[in-house]
Amino acid sequence: MPTALYRLLLSLALLLPLGAQAGDALEFTRAGASEQVRLLEHWSASPTAERRAFLDALQQGRIGADGDKNPYVQQAGQWQPLTEANSDDNPRVLRLNNRLRGLLNTALASHALSDENAGARLDAARTLQRNAPPALLPVLEQRFAQEGDDAVHDALALALANLQLASPEAATRLKAVRLLGETGEPQAKTRLQSLLDGDEADPAVRKAAETSLAQVERKLFIGELLGQAFSGLSLGSILLLAALGLAITFGLLGVINMAHGEMLMLGAYSTYLVQIGFQRLAPEYLALYPLAALPVAFLVTAAIGMALERTVIRHLYGRPLETLLATWGISLILIQLVRVIFGAQNVEVANPAWLSGGWQVLPNLVLPWNRIVIIGFALFVVALTWLLLNRTRLGLNVRAVTQNRNMAACCGVPTGKVDMLAFGLGSGIAGLGGVALSQIGNVGPDLGQGYIIDSFLVVVLGGVGQLAGSISAAFGLGVLNKILEPQIGAVLGKILILALIILFIQKRPQGLFALRGRVID
Amino acid sequence: MNTMNQTLLLRASAKVGPRVSLAIGLTVLAVLLALPLLHLLPGDHALHVSSYTLTLVGKILCYAVVALALDLVWGYAGLLSLGHGLFFALGGYAMGMYLMRQSAGDGLPAFMSFLSWSELPWYWVGTEHFLWALCLVVAVPGLLAFVFGYFAFRSRIKGVYFSIMTQALTFAGMLLFFRNETGFGGNNGFTDFKRILGFDITAPGTRAVLFLASLLLLLGSLYLGFRLARSKFGRVLTAVRDAENRLMFCGYDPRGYKLFIWVLSAVLCGLAGALYVPQVGIINPSEMSPTNSIEAAVWVALGGRGSLIGPLLGAGLVNGMKSFFTVALPEYWLFFLGALFILVTLYLPKGIYGLIKRGEQ
Amino acid sequence: MSSGIDAGLARDAIGLGQVAGQGLNTRHGTILSLEDLCVSFDGFKALTDLTLYIGVGELRCIIGPNGAGKTTLMDVITGKTRPDSGSAWFGETLDLTRMSEVQIAQAGIGRKFQKPTVFEALSVFENLELAQKTDKSVWASLRARLSGEQRDRIDEVLDTIRLGQERQRPAGLLSHGQKQFLEIGILLVQNPQLLLLDEPVAGMTDAETEFTAELFTSLARRHSLMVVEHDMGFVGRIADQVTVLHQGQVLAEGSLEQVQNDERVIEVYLGR
Repeated sequence: MPTALYRLLLSLALLLPLGAQAGDALEFTRAGASEQVRLLEHWSASPTAERRAFLDALQQGRIGADGDKNPYVQQAGQWQPLTEANSDDNPRVLRLNNRLRGLLNTALASHALSDENAGARLDAARTLQRNAPPALLPVLEQRFAQEGDDAVHDALALALANLQLASPEAATRLKAVRLLGETGEPQAKTRLQSLLDGDEADPAVRKAAETSLAQVERKLFIGELLGQAFSGLSLGSILLLAALGLAITFGLLGVINMAHGEMLMLGAYSTYLVQIGFQRLAPEYLALYPLAALPVAFLVTAAIGMALERTVIRHLYGRPLETLLATWGISLILIQLVRVIFGAQNVEVANPAWLSGGWQVLPNLVLPWNRIVIIGFALFVVALTWLLLNRTRLGLNVRAVTQNRNMAACCGVPTGKVDMLAFGLGSGIAGLGGVALSQIGNVGPDLGQGYIIDSFLVVVLGGVGQLAGSISAAFGLGVLNKILEPQIGAVLGKILILALIILFIQKRPQGLFALRGRVID
Repeated sequence: MNTMNQTLLLRASAKVGPRVSLAIGLTVLAVLLALPLLHLLPGDHALHVSSYTLTLVGKILCYAVVALALDLVWGYAGLLSLGHGLFFALGGYAMGMYLMRQSAGDGLPAFMSFLSWSELPWYWVGTEHFLWALCLVVAVPGLLAFVFGYFAFRSRIKGVYFSIMTQALTFAGMLLFFRNETGFGGNNGFTDFKRILGFDITAPGTRAVLFLASLLLLLGSLYLGFRLARSKFGRVLTAVRDAENRLMFCGYDPRGYKLFIWVLSAVLCGLAGALYVPQVGIINPSEMSPTNSIEAAVWVALGGRGSLIGPLLGAGLVNGMKSFFTVALPEYWLFFLGALFILVTLYLPKGIYGLIKRGEQ
Repeated sequence: MSSGIDAGLARDAIGLGQVAGQGLNTRHGTILSLEDLCVSFDGFKALTDLTLYIGVGELRCIIGPNGAGKTTLMDVITGKTRPDSGSAWFGETLDLTRMSEVQIAQAGIGRKFQKPTVFEALSVFENLELAQKTDKSVWASLRARLSGEQRDRIDEVLDTIRLGQERQRPAGLLSHGQKQFLEIGILLVQNPQLLLLDEPVAGMTDAETEFTAELFTSLARRHSLMVVEHDMGFVGRIADQVTVLHQGQVLAEGSLEQVQNDERVIEVYLGR
């Protein structure tokens, strides 16, 4: 559940018992600065469920005091007295200095450890990893013993171990080191490392630290590996969306469409326009705009694609190099057109709430929702394309024209119309890809330029006219890219991949999935 | 200058035979020879040619060499390269480094001191010597073209596959040169040159010599192209373009032929780049962007591929118009260029040269 | 620079060329021995255990229904397709399965395609000049000059294929039949030991077919010919021996008459 919404509900629920905290509040407002410090430290070490609402309000700056230092709480802009004694004096917000603010955070975190929501507990444990005072040790131990959620448990272990490591007793430190070994937190690694690099004298602790370090590193490695695999899949799905339309126009029609990248770009700009439309006309449904953008982008780009096919590309069938140049010209015009209309700067396309944030799988692995959705979306589009090509009349016609244009024409297939529709389909799929791209990157006139070479490589590698080939090539390239990137850097990785593709084509000139056969040209 | 070319040519295409074409060619040559000399005149003289004009025309001469080189592989051997900008830029970078070393004296070039490097990377060793830089100008593009071509032709990559591969190649080169840590000056590339072979690089005399060198390179390339096109080698190349299989069953190995012309073309581009840099005064990675290379293809297409004069016409016209547009109507240049791509491929498959030919007959 | 390749090429041109000349070892009177050839494309068997011998100076016709494997057979002989198993020997010493297309062509096997393929942008004369048997390396082509002897040879072939009048015309402007003859001329000027001809009379007029038949019979004895053809009349006029292919295998072999009376052939051809 998104944290913002959760917080809202929480504070509503906690408003009620605020009155019960009059004692704490009074104590706090009456206290001097040093007394307040002591109070907060004390509260951190002995959290009670009732006090939390007060602390929350205090943090939000809603606690005030009048001239007699009677506590008030601000609700919906109105000051409500928390005690029966009140004066006519106007209450003023209680200001906290930095030190108090820090202590308040700790106190809040220690209270939030018993929250019902695991996410809130995790946040609290994270805070305490950084700034828990030794006095919190018993609280942490108690919560650690009771905690059921794995992620929170790990985080607590780390917070606990942080405190225990400072202990003068070797046995406690040993326990802490073992505890760290059980977590998969990146911080545990740094702690253990600094312990080993530091002046830890006890050999048993050192040895345990080494074992723990190895343990933690293994866990982190798994997380990293999964993370790389995921970003590889994510990149692959993006490449796939970019290349799929190209696979149709190039693979089936033999047309090199250099303006394909611009179809992606136009799809992204359609999304932008739909977003603006929702903001103006139906702001209450704004969260749904990416869904509404899908058909719009598809239709816009498909229409432009068909228009191009009828006016320019139709005259160039069978002359692939000329098509390449002419479509490059088209792409220049489209880019400049967008620049003139929307400006050369990037336009802002915002993720709706359901596409922002991510899913925390491991301590060092968060999978962003937008990328997860795009992977699913890419597979959905592939499935749709496959169905369209293999299960519909249009698909049959397209395949017929691909295999033997003259024969198809003789059988009454309207080849001109089929060409147009196939080109429109390819462009429309690019438009869908554009919607997806708008959710993860910048939307600007040059958006398409960055994808055109990569998508061509996907098509070349996958083998012309092969959906399955394009899919494996896209994901293969994506994963390979992300594996190479951390090792040798993004640029060298790209160059290496290019070299690999050239070498690969030595072995299989027809691509991954092409059929071997008798071809004389 | 270019508009003048254009009107003359249009008139030529209207009627008349090869003799008039020859006369026009000689006139253009005479004008080109006169330009650097007129530049040497004092600034207030009526016939003085400004350094802007001289640099512009000199730049176009270098581009014309690129167009010619591209035409050798595309027009004759049927291999459309979308990566010739890479070879051009490599030659330019080699020369640029020499110029940087000249400016820096005994120290490191400014951009390296900026990155607090203490010594020159190994690949730049020796670039303070003009001759070694010249060797690099030829060898680096040549070697890269050889390695790439060897593998590409071995696996019979041709047609659009070849085009896409070359485009990816120049794209990769651009990424590499954009990086600061690779020692190529990053984003800014090499600039702020001061001296070449001890001469002030902005002096009228130096400019005139560089201009003449570019003209000489163009004439040399033209002669070379002419000899090749006339030889049996040229005929084998057209055979590679039209019926590669037939040629193989005649006992020719097309790989060697393609590789030869491909490497030669790359070397010509490298030389053109090396002359371009001191005249224009800057080289940066954007010269390697795929856009630049594909623009060169439209020069050749507009002028007429498969002929030797066509690419020169195309390079002159497009670049002349480009410098006009970028001053007068910068917004519309890309529209114009895009339309040019489309119209030429649709309606002028043989380019302007083809039109002229038809006019002559 | 490109000398690595070119040197190899030049070596091929000289070394193998000489072997192919007088030196081609045809001791047992066979110029081409194909044994147990198998080729399959993704499960489809184009050739299955095909065995075929062609004698020196023989004119062999190959017939068979569509998909019988005729073109694949030519692809294997010319090195375009590698067999999955089996052997292919040119003479006694040259293993065709290990040679490249270029080497095979230089060794003396010429091939005419089903669709006439000539160098359209070049003149008829230049077409023959390129095909002529000579050093075909890059360096040689840069310095090449035609000798009087070579010129005579080209003229001779031009006469043979009756294109003497068209010598300066671009090959792309020739009629379909003339292109067929030019392609045959391209083969002849290479002086090959073995000519592979894929449907040479397709699209020819009757007079042209007549002339082709004469030409081929005059070529036999000096060269070995393997002709793939559908036109039975033409086959009957020229063939010594006919081989019938069916589903990648040799179905029958013998004179045209023998073959035409073979029960299995009739069944395959007439679908009875």
